[in-house]
Amino acid sequence: MEFLRPATWAEALEAKAALPEAAPIQGGTDMMVELNFDVHRPAALLDLNRVAELTRWTAEDDGRLRVGAGVPYARLITELGDRLPGLAQAARTVGSPQIRNRGTVGGNLGAASPAGDSHPPLLAGDAVIEVESAARGVRMIPAAEFYLGVKRSALRPDELIRAFWMSPASGPQYFSKVGTRNAMVIAVCSFAIALHPDDRRVGTGIGSAAPTPRRAVAAEEFLAAELDWDARLDPGVLGRFGELVSEAASPIDDVRGTAGYRRHAVGVMARRTLTWAWNEFRSGQHGRRAG
Amino acid sequence: MRVTFTVNGRQETADDVWEGESLLYVLRERVGLPGSKNACEQGECGSCTVYLDGLPVCACLVAAGQAEGREVRTVEGLAEGDRLDPVQEAFVECGAVQCGFCTPGLVVQAHDLIERIARPSDAEIREALAGNLCRCTGYEKIIDAVRLAAARREETR
Ligand SMILES: Cc1cc2nc3c(=O)[nH]c(=O)nc-3n(C[C@H](O)[C@H](O)[C@H](O)COP(=O)(O)OP(=O)(O)OC[C@H]3O[C@@H](n4cnc5c(N)ncnc54)[C@H](O)[C@@H]3O)c2cc1C
Ligand code: FES
Ligand code: FES
Repeated sequence: MEFLRPATWAEALEAKAALPEAAPIQGGTDMMVELNFDVHRPAALLDLNRVAELTRWTAEDDGRLRVGAGVPYARLITELGDRLPGLAQAARTVGSPQIRNRGTVGGNLGAASPAGDSHPPLLAGDAVIEVESAARGVRMIPAAEFYLGVKRSALRPDELIRAFWMSPASGPQYFSKVGTRNAMVIAVCSFAIALHPDDRRVGTGIGSAAPTPRRAVAAEEFLAAELDWDARLDPGVLGRFGELVSEAASPIDDVRGTAGYRRHAVGVMARRTLTWAWNEFRSGQHGRRAG
Repeated sequence: MRVTFTVNGRQETADDVWEGESLLYVLRERVGLPGSKNACEQGECGSCTVYLDGLPVCACLVAAGQAEGREVRTVEGLAEGDRLDPVQEAFVECGAVQCGFCTPGLVVQAHDLIERIARPSDAEIREALAGNLCRCTGYEKIIDAVRLAAARREETR
């Protein structure tokens, strides 16, 4: 095994091109578990910790945030929690403080587990993943096209994840996760919602209830057509939304939960998070009108 | 490969390190610092918690090569000579140590908590220690110890 230590992004891309079997390692919170238990032994480890730019985020000219793949969850929460509240809520549920000090959204995307907590808010918030290879340059992949199968993503062997792009929240965002206890637990299933009041649209993301994280597209379309943005939430609309989210899931039975439970639970989380988001939105609306 | 880094203020060099080896293994088996405990090797128990460049992390999940040139502080580096750190003292006084296996990780994690938050609430203590497992104490005495350490730490600030 080799241990590659690129000092810059360009060197990292060259190293990946020269040795596509090299496994990138950022926080190591997924990778090291596999190495410690000899689950697989890559030809080389490509340590990204020295590539300082990966640990930075910037506000870009188009208003979006560009967040380096190596920004750990702990910093995402403290530095970006106000602008990316849905993702920050999800980040708060990842592992323990020790895990959040090292683990990153880049690594969550690299692992592409259907249970990864960052995926639902990335989907709900229309995130775009910036990946790059030495040979073909940059590709911008919408989150909805990134996840291809269980632990499979659109990332090609010579590519590395450089950053994700996301607009600061224009409305309330919520994340909800079912787990067997309230800390240190991988999701039985999860759900994220983002209200986009400017285009009168609601984004969704389902976690751990299908082979990949996915949006509930029919549920989003239903709300785009039926939601009255100037009124209280219609219980009929809320109920139908929950049903459509349940229908969007295609869960399996496993050690953490049954398919039936998961399908039911994502519908409940969908109703709850929409209610929380709607109440927050309406109270904000009220405040603005009064002012 | 060779890995050179600073541990508890001293420069250390480890030779013939396997590329997939963890920082925990290097600390315990090559540098001779057995304070950080090896229990689960999967980030679940927190008994291997050390500071890496000032942040508590699971040493079992850091690749040794990632520590090159960086600063590590282990439980051995908290006491000043014979004078225990207030967290260590409080753990002893409160009976928060039984078999002691989880103690080094808990002490480092609690040390970080009260550096950041002078008077943590019980909820903050529980959240901070959520990644540290103890099979003996039932946690109440551990939480007592953190409260006491925070109070003492505040007096000396
Ligand atoms: C105790 C424990 C609890 C956990 N709890 C949770 C939880 O609650 N929720 C959750 O979602 N996850 C959890 N995890 C999993 C893990 O912490 C997350 O998936 C984390 O986001 C991984 O980030 P990392 O930087 O540590 O990744 P790494 O381990 O460094 O890498 C993970 C994968 O991504 C690849 N990779 C890393 N960076 C890049 C890049 N820039 N380009 C391309 N590929 C890359 C690696 O090759 C590897 O395949 C937990 C892990 C542990 C050990
Ligand atoms: S040994 Fe590292 S967390 Fe358990
Ligand atoms: S004192 Fe024995 S594991 Fe905590």
